[in-house]
Amino acid sequence: MTVSGDHPMVKAEAVRKRFGSNEVLKGIDLEVQRGEVMCVIGPSGSGKSTVLRCINHLEKINSGRLSVDGQLVGYEQRGDKLHECTDREVAKMRSQIGMVFQHFNLFPHMTVLGNIIEAPTRVKGQSKDQAVAKAKQLLEQVGLDGREDMYPRQLSGGQQQRVAIARALAMEPKLMLFDEPTSALDPELVGDVLDVMRDLAKSGMTMFVVTHEMGFAREVGDKLVFMDDGVVVEAGTPRDVITNPQHDRTKSFLSKVL
Amino acid sequence: MSAQGEAIEAAEIKAIPVRHPGRWVSVAVIGVLVAMLIHSFVAQPHYRWGLIRQYIFTGPILHGVALTLELTFLAMLVGIVGGVLLAVMRLSPNPVVSTASWVYIWLFRGTPVLVQILLWYNISYLFPTISLGIPFGPEFVTWQTNDLISGTTAGVLALGLNEAAYMAEIVRAGILSVDEGQFEAASALGMKQSLIMRRIVLPQAMRVIVPPTGNETISMLKTTSLVSTIAVSELLQHTQAIINVNYATVPLFLMASIWYLAMTSVLTVGQFYIERYFGRGSSRSGPAATLPERLWRAIRYNRPPPGALAMQRRDQSGGL
Repeated sequence: MTVSGDHPMVKAEAVRKRFGSNEVLKGIDLEVQRGEVMCVIGPSGSGKSTVLRCINHLEKINSGRLSVDGQLVGYEQRGDKLHECTDREVAKMRSQIGMVFQHFNLFPHMTVLGNIIEAPTRVKGQSKDQAVAKAKQLLEQVGLDGREDMYPRQLSGGQQQRVAIARALAMEPKLMLFDEPTSALDPELVGDVLDVMRDLAKSGMTMFVVTHEMGFAREVGDKLVFMDDGVVVEAGTPRDVITNPQHDRTKSFLSKVL
Repeated sequence: MSAQGEAIEAAEIKAIPVRHPGRWVSVAVIGVLVAMLIHSFVAQPHYRWGLIRQYIFTGPILHGVALTLELTFLAMLVGIVGGVLLAVMRLSPNPVVSTASWVYIWLFRGTPVLVQILLWYNISYLFPTISLGIPFGPEFVTWQTNDLISGTTAGVLALGLNEAAYMAEIVRAGILSVDEGQFEAASALGMKQSLIMRRIVLPQAMRVIVPPTGNETISMLKTTSLVSTIAVSELLQHTQAIINVNYATVPLFLMASIWYLAMTSVLTVGQFYIERYFGRGSSRSGPAATLPERLWRAIRYNRPPPGALAMQRRDQSGGL
């Protein structure tokens, strides 16, 4: 299996996912190219977060093909048979994909610095000095220099989310997943987080963003996907999808959020 | 009119406080009872305080105290390590492993600890020798069980293995109390199961685990007195040895009680500091106040109403 070359960063073909008898993804096809920012919008329950969680194997897909950077997620093709990846292999794959959660999920018993250096030192085996230097640089990048020794609960939601972004970036991922990163924030704190994400997009990071922020999607996104009821209803450039939607469901959703 | 309004705003409220006669009655009742107790201590000669003073710091008693502490420490060590192991097993996706843990807990929690102590002491009846070797195959080294398992060892094993069953449930509750998002966030960073458990889940579970573990430790310190039945010379055994000579039953049991009370008091203080350590990052207002700090505040702020201490603490920490 090729590892470099011109294959897309994320490729989903006919991906299906069931929870019990409830099918939440009903055949998803997607492609995210290297360096692209893909935004996914849609009503709650449309399956957009599930797609994101499948990409780093927090959820197992039931059928179809899903690959990241040319490698199947959670499985390995040997000959004509699929083999499940071991925990170690899954962990290694995840360490190359950053993820930012709606509710931040910072480790409350660790300081900001502890949160950021935990994975680089214990998963990648970086030296503490190296990880701390990198962490300080990342904190500056997200506008939180000098907060190293604070605990997550002493920070506002917007600050926590920016620490969470720094924590993910510390692993130097090739792909960043954002699961509604601003949905749990007070409106006046959303801007700071979006600014950080905008800078990240400019730096060439490949990003997969599930969001309700239409302004962000229009301005930063290279692709916009509208999902409803487990299927991709419409995909295209953000300008086309937002200003000239083709499907009725897209039109009715956009009329409610814009 | 407006001048009067300003005066009302500026002046601090000076109202006549509500009287609470019921409180004074209860204070009086408790006061009388305490006075009666103290009077009994002083006037009743059968306490034999002199005898208690004479024996309380003697060699055998101090040795007994030391062994009681040692038994408590070792049994809790076995209990906590075993409990964590059983809790992780219980939560395992492997049904056989999970059931094995369930059966262990069922067995050890379902039989009296005194019976378990007596069984371990007589274990050589079932297993006269203990060997290292291949199961059902050749044996390489063999020991006499009675040489290997002394009374003290039997006591530690019985108390520790019994404790592990209780600790397992406490640890399991702690693990389940940690938000699933923590596990997901750590997984997404590429951390492996064992690392997540050790670095992310268990440290947070400690906030839930420590208070009941403190209870268990205090309880264990007292339960060690049961091993006096298998001739382990801990505090109670030494006390009874002295009683067998001088028949001063009540004074010497009181003396043992004083020792137990002193030891559990020290453990209570230790528990506070351990809780404070594992509570770090859990509140915005910084670490909890120590008892002297709280007393000092109570005096300084002149009897604040219930709940006000917490509010004052929050105010003092001064926002974010």
